[in-house]
Amino acid sequence: MATVSLESLKKSYGKTEVIHGVDIEISDGEFIVIVGPSGCGKSTLLRMVAGLEGVSEGEIRIDGQRVNEKEPMDRDIAMVFQNYALYPHMSVEQNMAYGLKIAKMPKAEINARVAEAAELLQLEPYLKRRPRQLSGGQRQRVAMGRAIVRRPSVFLFDEPLSNLDAKLRVQMRLEIKNLQRELGVTALYVTHDQVEAMTLADRMIVMNEGVADQIGAPLEVYANPQTEFVAGFIGSPPTNFIEAEILGAPAGTKIGIRPEHVAIAPVGQGRTTGLVLYAEPLGAETLIHLTIAGGNAVTVRQDGAVAIPSEGEQVGLSWREDDEMRFDASGRRL
Amino acid sequence: MAHDAHTGMVERRGAGLWLTHLGLIIGVAFIFFPIWLAFVASTVTQPEIVRPPMPLWPGDQFYENYSKALTSGINAPVARMLLNSAIMAFGISLGKIAISLLSAFAIVYFRFPGRHVFFWLIFLTLMLPVEVRIVPTYEVAANFGMLNSYSGLIFPLIASATATFLFRQFFMTVPDELAEAARVDGARPMRFFVDILLPMSRTNIAALFVILFIYGWNQYLWPLLITTDPSMNTIVMGIKQMFPSGDDTADWPVIMATSILAMIPPVVVVIGMQKLFIRGLVDSEK
Repeated sequence: MATVSLESLKKSYGKTEVIHGVDIEISDGEFIVIVGPSGCGKSTLLRMVAGLEGVSEGEIRIDGQRVNEKEPMDRDIAMVFQNYALYPHMSVEQNMAYGLKIAKMPKAEINARVAEAAELLQLEPYLKRRPRQLSGGQRQRVAMGRAIVRRPSVFLFDEPLSNLDAKLRVQMRLEIKNLQRELGVTALYVTHDQVEAMTLADRMIVMNEGVADQIGAPLEVYANPQTEFVAGFIGSPPTNFIEAEILGAPAGTKIGIRPEHVAIAPVGQGRTTGLVLYAEPLGAETLIHLTIAGGNAVTVRQDGAVAIPSEGEQVGLSWREDDEMRFDASGRRL
Repeated sequence: MAHDAHTGMVERRGAGLWLTHLGLIIGVAFIFFPIWLAFVASTVTQPEIVRPPMPLWPGDQFYENYSKALTSGINAPVARMLLNSAIMAFGISLGKIAISLLSAFAIVYFRFPGRHVFFWLIFLTLMLPVEVRIVPTYEVAANFGMLNSYSGLIFPLIASATATFLFRQFFMTVPDELAEAARVDGARPMRFFVDILLPMSRTNIAALFVILFIYGWNQYLWPLLITTDPSMNTIVMGIKQMFPSGDDTADWPVIMATSILAMIPPVVVVIGMQKLFIRGLVDSEK
């Protein structure tokens, strides 16, 4: 239970800078998700907080204490790895107890903590098993158990769900969220999956090429993206981008509009005209893909009950001016 | 393996099956026959061996010949030579495993200046077997006063590029995340080595031990050079020393008994470790 501060944190490998200065104040018990495409530096950022990567510039403080030079074990953190990183020759019990054993904790206390974590994670029947005798979801739980028994101030998760199948992922997502709430531990969670980010985060950091493009609550980020990248990355299907010139706005700028804000209108009405390419009826909703003048692709998301235009048909597209997001040539929000 | 005959794609029945077995039996008999002759020769008296035809069935001198070999031998008691060989073989195999585990650990997990240079230096020694560097090695061992000693028998043969290379390859397949998890758990490097890497390498260690034990046991040239005192002879070179020079008559029954005795420890190690080795393979977790 602690606050975490990152202050103009930078990381370079040789002359290549991969993290260009990230600032954030994380308050006690907050669940922060770092999200971004692969190669954006999100894992590096997490590993810097963990102490597995050195800090090139800037400062990391956990509970007000500078930890830049501290070894991972002295930072009061616990980490859950993508591939679980369980020790293959140790039983579930030994895996969870290993860190405590190294810390020379009395045996009775180790056993009590392991038992408590096992109960919390429903791992009791598997304590004597080896990791290879467990399913992916159970291994994931053991990895979390190993983090929990240390009672750390901060949990670090490095894409913990990416090796699980879709159904299990949804289930474990809820479990992680519940667990974090229950234990009240500050958490940093790295993922490339925006659904995980939206559902788990109290606040999220959207990373793009080593820069934190936007930091904010998920719905705030969704409704009010600060850059073109964030608007395009968060939300599925992604935001439509239209060259503003087509709509009579200054050249070079772009207009972003979310698929659910666009509606199909009769030809000649609405803001512009589009050619229907194909439709994807998903039951509750229908996604309609069109091209408009200038070759821009536009997706419309409409209610499943609304009539679907046929392929090859010319239709009008309308949206409210309030829903428009305008971006300048460098991708910044205007 | 037995059920493979029923489920395998190539099914052998009738004459084919018998012919295969016949071929195998002839092959085994062919390999086994000299060993059988050695055994027969170790159970008869000296005159019986030298008088043609050679006996093909064991005689009644088993106890006499073997006790003579074990207690007095010709130059040194065989029991003593067996002990010397055992100490040397264990020393070499355990020493090689320890050194190569540690050097592989250093090369894979630590970034130090000249890491690659050191690796290639170790790798280069693969091209220099004992026989090539035997004169300078002898010189060094002699200057250290290691002639006629166990340290002289063991230390010069301990460095092993092959084993280092094997462990290096194995360590490189161990996921980095495991080392990181151990670091987060608070394990210092040597703790990680002892608690995580060693138990994970145990099948490799067992396999290597079998190979290295036999390598050590069968050393001939080096012990021949480094030991002059018969009480430090190892058994493999000791057999050769038993051959008479000049007009002396060879005590063939005792020599043959010694040969048979020399074969037993490697066979025991192979059979004993094979079980452990296979259990290790079955248990292996990855």
